[in-house]
Amino acid sequence: MSMNEKKSLTGVRFTGIASRLFAALVLITFSGLAFAEYALNFQRPVTAIAQELYGLHMLIFWICVVIFVIVFAFMFYSIFKHRKDKGFKPATFHESTTVEVVWTVIPFLILVGMAVPSTATLLKMEDTRDADLTIKVTGYQWKWQYEYLDHDVNFFSNLSTPREQIENKAEKGENYLLEVDNEVVIPVDKKVKLLVTAADVLHAWWVPQLGVKKDAIPGFINAMWTKVDEPGTYRGQCAELCGKDHGYMPIVVNAVSEDEFNAWVKSKQAEQVAMAAEAGKTFTQAELMERGEKVYAQCVACHGATGAGIPNVFPAITGSPISTGPVDAHIDIVLNGKPGTAMQAFAAQLNDVDIAAVVTYERNALGNSVGDVVQPADVKARRK
Amino acid sequence: MSEAAHHEEHPTGISRWLFTTNHKDIGTLYLWFAFIMAVIGGLMSLVIRSELWAPGLQMVDPHFFNQMTTVHALIMIFGFVMPAFVGLANWQIPMMIGAPDMALPRMNNWSFWILPFAGSLLLLSFLAPGGGPSAGWTIYPPLSVQGGAGMDFTILAIHMLGISSILGSINIIATILNMRAPGMKLMKMPLFVWSWLITAFLLIAAIPVLAGAVTMLLTDRHFGTHFFDAAGGGDPVMFQHVFWFFGHPEVYILVLPAFGVFSQIIPTFARKPLFGYTSMVFATATIAFLSFIVWAHHMYTVGMPLSGELFFMYATMLIAVPTGVKVFNWISTMWRGAMTFETPMLWAIAGVFTFTLGGLSGLMLSITPADFQYHDTYFVVAHFHYVIVGGSVFALFGAVFYWLPKWTGNMYDETLGKWHFWLTFIGFHVTFFPQHFLGLAGMPRRIPDYALQFAEFNVISSIGAFATIAVQLIFFYLAFKAMRGGEKATDQVWEGAEGLEWTVASPAPYHTFATPPQVR
Repeated sequence: MSMNEKKSLTGVRFTGIASRLFAALVLITFSGLAFAEYALNFQRPVTAIAQELYGLHMLIFWICVVIFVIVFAFMFYSIFKHRKDKGFKPATFHESTTVEVVWTVIPFLILVGMAVPSTATLLKMEDTRDADLTIKVTGYQWKWQYEYLDHDVNFFSNLSTPREQIENKAEKGENYLLEVDNEVVIPVDKKVKLLVTAADVLHAWWVPQLGVKKDAIPGFINAMWTKVDEPGTYRGQCAELCGKDHGYMPIVVNAVSEDEFNAWVKSKQAEQVAMAAEAGKTFTQAELMERGEKVYAQCVACHGATGAGIPNVFPAITGSPISTGPVDAHIDIVLNGKPGTAMQAFAAQLNDVDIAAVVTYERNALGNSVGDVVQPADVKARRK
Repeated sequence: MSEAAHHEEHPTGISRWLFTTNHKDIGTLYLWFAFIMAVIGGLMSLVIRSELWAPGLQMVDPHFFNQMTTVHALIMIFGFVMPAFVGLANWQIPMMIGAPDMALPRMNNWSFWILPFAGSLLLLSFLAPGGGPSAGWTIYPPLSVQGGAGMDFTILAIHMLGISSILGSINIIATILNMRAPGMKLMKMPLFVWSWLITAFLLIAAIPVLAGAVTMLLTDRHFGTHFFDAAGGGDPVMFQHVFWFFGHPEVYILVLPAFGVFSQIIPTFARKPLFGYTSMVFATATIAFLSFIVWAHHMYTVGMPLSGELFFMYATMLIAVPTGVKVFNWISTMWRGAMTFETPMLWAIAGVFTFTLGGLSGLMLSITPADFQYHDTYFVVAHFHYVIVGGSVFALFGAVFYWLPKWTGNMYDETLGKWHFWLTFIGFHVTFFPQHFLGLAGMPRRIPDYALQFAEFNVISSIGAFATIAVQLIFFYLAFKAMRGGEKATDQVWEGAEGLEWTVASPAPYHTFATPPQVR
């Protein structure tokens, strides 16, 4: 505990004499100043790698500051002293092999000095061997899917900030845009390997405090790893432009003790069993409509809260040929998506009940009134 | 006298500009085109900064926001900075090497007149179903495969802009290699000419690569190919490799001519010859070479093999060496000179200062592991605005004030010029300096809305942006005023100015160096 407190005070654990020196400099420079809400630097690192990255970042930063100060000290001295209006007579020299060699060699040596610790850190970051736990992360427009490959747990994680806050109709919460419905839960002190990919376009999975960022690329799998030191909730965002709602697909990692993690896995598994059991049931229209309205939240980003879409970009639901035409075509497009567009295949994302609910909702709300009811069995029948 | 009058003869009205093959007229056209594009791109940046004024969505929807960031970048790079430097090349290179005109004057006309059509096509994309391109200026697939016809407009506009650049480059190379006055050996050429010679080769090597990438994108979009679609055996990351193989030389295409401008202005106002001429030339050539082997530092996070990440980190860090040499040379040129600080000199000093800050943040970005934290954040946005605005655009302002008396025959208003400089300089740093902090604290780039901890610096940045754009009205006024009249400029214009362009009359006659000068 006291260890944790100490870390949170200084923010960083440093290794190496040079880094220690620089850390001292950082503390002297910054500790006396109150920056209020102005975040000036990296978020507090909570993994060994993130701490190393912070140390490396500060090392390079201070080298750059020193170079800058020395170089521009010469320039400003010259600007104040070597002026015509002070009667300074211009010199005529215009070359010197000695100084030119010196200022080629010295920067080169500085660069070598920077390359050594950088290489060491990079080697550690890219070593994804011997993981205790593997999670597959898939980016979608605009949400994340997490599959715990060792535990048979699988869920989607959507932005949970209410629309009213985004549209400035309600006061913004503390974690505005950095909150989700389903958090990624990982155990502390375990090496967690993350396999990152995407289902549609490029995304990037980034949690600054963990010091991990990798692009999610459709058709390819990237690997990275993290080992969190202290329990807590750590927030990040998609870092690669992925279309309209790129700014609205946050990541929330909840690092917990191993016991809590195991309990969480059990509850998730039980939840999944309960959901599967529902699929055989027959629902009333009212039940489906109520549930469909909730599921439709996943459709709002493109098709709009009122089903109007965005003309020429995202089609409307209201009065559209699909949501007022044959029901099978409607189920099909939700299940399989429309290739080459942002309309994704929901077959793997939503269960039969949710799809039945959302299709029923789309046909009987948002200005439509087809009147039919879709049951989970109907959806099951259309699955390939 | 009558012969001189005959020399000045040219059609009047619109046909003068449509049919001109005169390097000065074409230079003027390029500069005006660049200015108009800068105004359009600048207004787009204000849309971006208005939306980012506060968390939440207030001005535009995210889809339109993405169109703004995309087209702002494309216009500023391809419509503003590149044509502006070609305009300077047209005006200055023949006068600086003692040539009567460009080597290929008719092609020169064509390479300019492609531009207004390309620029219009890019802007017309906003009228296409689904609006303009919204996948970022880097138009990474698969996102760029999703968009509407606006993306196709953009691809064709990029092709046309590319053709224009290649034609312009061929012309510049042909002019420099064939039309130098007797005695003007290569190693006697002014640094601006050297920078452009190297830049032109970069353009010829890099632009066709971009053309290839966007053509593959076009066929992926419409003709059933799968170059960038893993489901068809392609690879989305290949686009990034090909794009940045163009894209990294491109950043030097934007900044090397600026280095040339600094190398002209600083010796003039230091009244002392440029320090390390030979090393300047070799440093420029080295930077140009290295620019072709560092492209993947824009994509450290795509999941490259470790060896690739290390190679691109080391190669990228190396660029600091020749770039450092240039900065040291400029400062040594100032050292023990007799400096005065007219507006062009202020821009040159501010350019070196600001570019160096951007260069140092670039050095930070080159460190692969650290870049995993910086990548795709506002730190990157701050970095490239420091180098492109601080380097290239500041150099453009400096160049315009430096050569405006030669072009118009009139001195600009020095007091107002200094006001414009200081307000722009301060406004720029107020806009972009806080963006470093935003990026370090974790704000991704290209988002229309952000978490609450980023609010304060975004407000400061937006205030800076509005102020910076507003004070450009002063520049507009200054340029017009100098065109209409004012204190007459001497032929040499600046006390310390050396070079052939200062030996001709001010304003420079319509035709210069019909008889080549002899260079000692």
